[in-house]
Amino acid sequence: MKRTLIAQVEDKPGVLNRVASLFRRRVFNIESLTVGHTEQPGVSRMTIVVDSSRTDTQKVAQNLYKLANVIKVEDISEQPAVMRDLALIKVGINGGQTRSEVMQIVKTFRARVVDVGLETLMIEVTGPEEKVTGLVEVLRPFGIVEMVRTGRVAMARGNSSSKSS
Amino acid sequence: MRRTGAQIVWEMLRQEGVEVVFGIPGGAIMHTYHPRQQYGIHHILVRHEQCAAHAADGYARASGRTGVAISTSGPGATNLVTGIATAMMDSSPIVCITGQVSTPVIGSDAFQETDITGITLPITKHNYLVTDVKDLAYVIHEAFHIATSGRPGPVLIDLPKDVQQEETNFMAPEGEPQLPGYHSVGLADPLLVQQAATLINGAKRPVILAGHGVMMSDAVEVLRAFAEKTQIPVTFTLLGNGAFPASHHLTLGMMGMHGEAVANHAIQEADLLLAFGMRFDDRVTGKLDRYAPNAHKIHVDLDATELNKIVPVDVSILGDLRHVLEQLMPLVKSTSHEEWFKRINIWRTEADLRDVVSRPQNGRLLTPHVINAIWEATRGEAITVTDVGQHQMWVAQYYHLDRPHTLITSGGLGTMGFGLPAAIGAQVGQPDKEVWAILGDGGFQMTLHELATVIQEQLPLRIAICNNNYLGMVRQWQELFYDQHYESTHLLNPDFVRLAEAYGIRSWRATTLEEGHQAIAEARCHPGPTLIDFQVAQKGEEGNVYPMVPADAALHEMIRRSMPSPEYQNLIEERR
Repeated sequence: MKRTLIAQVEDKPGVLNRVASLFRRRVFNIESLTVGHTEQPGVSRMTIVVDSSRTDTQKVAQNLYKLANVIKVEDISEQPAVMRDLALIKVGINGGQTRSEVMQIVKTFRARVVDVGLETLMIEVTGPEEKVTGLVEVLRPFGIVEMVRTGRVAMARGNSSSKSS
Repeated sequence: MRRTGAQIVWEMLRQEGVEVVFGIPGGAIMHTYHPRQQYGIHHILVRHEQCAAHAADGYARASGRTGVAISTSGPGATNLVTGIATAMMDSSPIVCITGQVSTPVIGSDAFQETDITGITLPITKHNYLVTDVKDLAYVIHEAFHIATSGRPGPVLIDLPKDVQQEETNFMAPEGEPQLPGYHSVGLADPLLVQQAATLINGAKRPVILAGHGVMMSDAVEVLRAFAEKTQIPVTFTLLGNGAFPASHHLTLGMMGMHGEAVANHAIQEADLLLAFGMRFDDRVTGKLDRYAPNAHKIHVDLDATELNKIVPVDVSILGDLRHVLEQLMPLVKSTSHEEWFKRINIWRTEADLRDVVSRPQNGRLLTPHVINAIWEATRGEAITVTDVGQHQMWVAQYYHLDRPHTLITSGGLGTMGFGLPAAIGAQVGQPDKEVWAILGDGGFQMTLHELATVIQEQLPLRIAICNNNYLGMVRQWQELFYDQHYESTHLLNPDFVRLAEAYGIRSWRATTLEEGHQAIAEARCHPGPTLIDFQVAQKGEEGNVYPMVPADAALHEMIRRSMPSPEYQNLIEERR
């Protein structure tokens, strides 16, 4: 089962390296890790997805806590939460018919075309990972030229907050 | 106050109470060295940076203060690595300061540049690359706090040359550093403490496993009171040696691969293990799936990642051991465990019969005899520092300790070459104590250049080499498990006596126990440093460490020294 950890870390050089080095050293298997700024200056937020059948999530959290730059770690897997993945998908187009077919699919998935080239379309899709994966699978027969996914970002619903203090 | 980075280093070291540092200067750290004397901090010039880290480590373990090692960039910094990893594994508080190339050229493969913060990331508790002189004072303050608090460990500060040279307004930071991500452990959960007490009060065959944490949390006194109230026998890990008095009737001695048979049997037959500040290292558990199969387990540790890491336990308590024991004391009942001690005494009697030290002399010198002789001569009151290998296990078995912090040894990492430099640190940290560096001939030769440091500092160190012309522990494994094929373990050694004389160290050679006693007595009277080359037995029952739990065996499945013949058994019985 996939579990989601939110880690608040100090926004200092090398912190991502410390976290990555920890995962490597302790042989933790990580599905995805995203990192970005938060509402608090000086604090970055990591969303870490762990396959709990292979790696004990609690161990990951406890070991993260031992890093001096990690402020707070929270497992939000049991809470109602919004989980999102973003993908940019470049699809090869050979002729007007495929173009309109792809546009139709994009519309159905509530995705967006963000770039139109002579022989390609770039599509942006945001949503739960299953939705993104679903769109990718449908587009695959058209020929995916290039693709990038961000990995999961997550936030608990309602009043609860993963703020560092 | 305007101060350069270099001056701030010494200002801050002085503020942190540092009186002595170990190191070697070089291109990228010279600027820091330059103003040292104005600050009255003693510098001990070692001969290899690895030994600066080991000496800082030995100093920390012997004195209870923070050890400091200084080196230049590049090779100077990488030479520290083994010493840092050793300190990390044994939770020893040291601060390492490394020079670095100037900030504008970092990343350009400049002369003697190396990414030491990257290299030491997994082997330090924390590390810093200081790129602005304004941060330096605070970083040093933080580094000492992190190194010494919680579960102690090594911290490294990488200091570029231009940061050492730049000036800034210096204000010494005071109070505890504000570290949003550095969490101290609070009081243990009373519910868990109550659960532990219930298990303790119901146990018939309990055993206390005392680790290094007992001494680090200053729990020696309360552990003794706890053991005496509950009448629970105590066994200790290698680093826990000293956590409980060896002469106490409740002690079982060391546990594990070369632990006392009585301790290992007791663990395997126990119905309750109380693991106090220890981490179930593979050297103390034997085969895990058959470890203490009938025992409930209680584990108290300050580090949450140690709980349920190796051995799943019934009650895991996160907390400072001294506080947890204080919480437990009023909850546990006074008991006697008479049946349990009857059983234990059977193992004890048998172990006494197999003990090599109680056997008659045959003229050959055995390392256990050497250790026993040193123990008797020093009345067990010296600080002993070991290297790694057979002699280390024999020191743990035969240099019985009644006081904490008096055995200094590389446990977790098992670093050969640790002994001599760590003994230098220990002697510097405890100048009025008698310090014995007890080494093997293999490990001694990994760092023997530090004899020069011993002389330069005029340290009255007692060096004992248990010389069997082999990498003895590897040889033992080859004898027992590798068809007696002694691949690459024989050492053709120099004449250690003449070597020591070349350094200006008074030295002796002993080939019999009588000569050994004589040399020890003479060495102890000599005011300066001394070295004794003990030529000890190499093989078989005389040359191997017993008991021994072989790889993949359960803890009670030990290889033992054979029983003596019946007449000797009677002799030993009579003497008892």
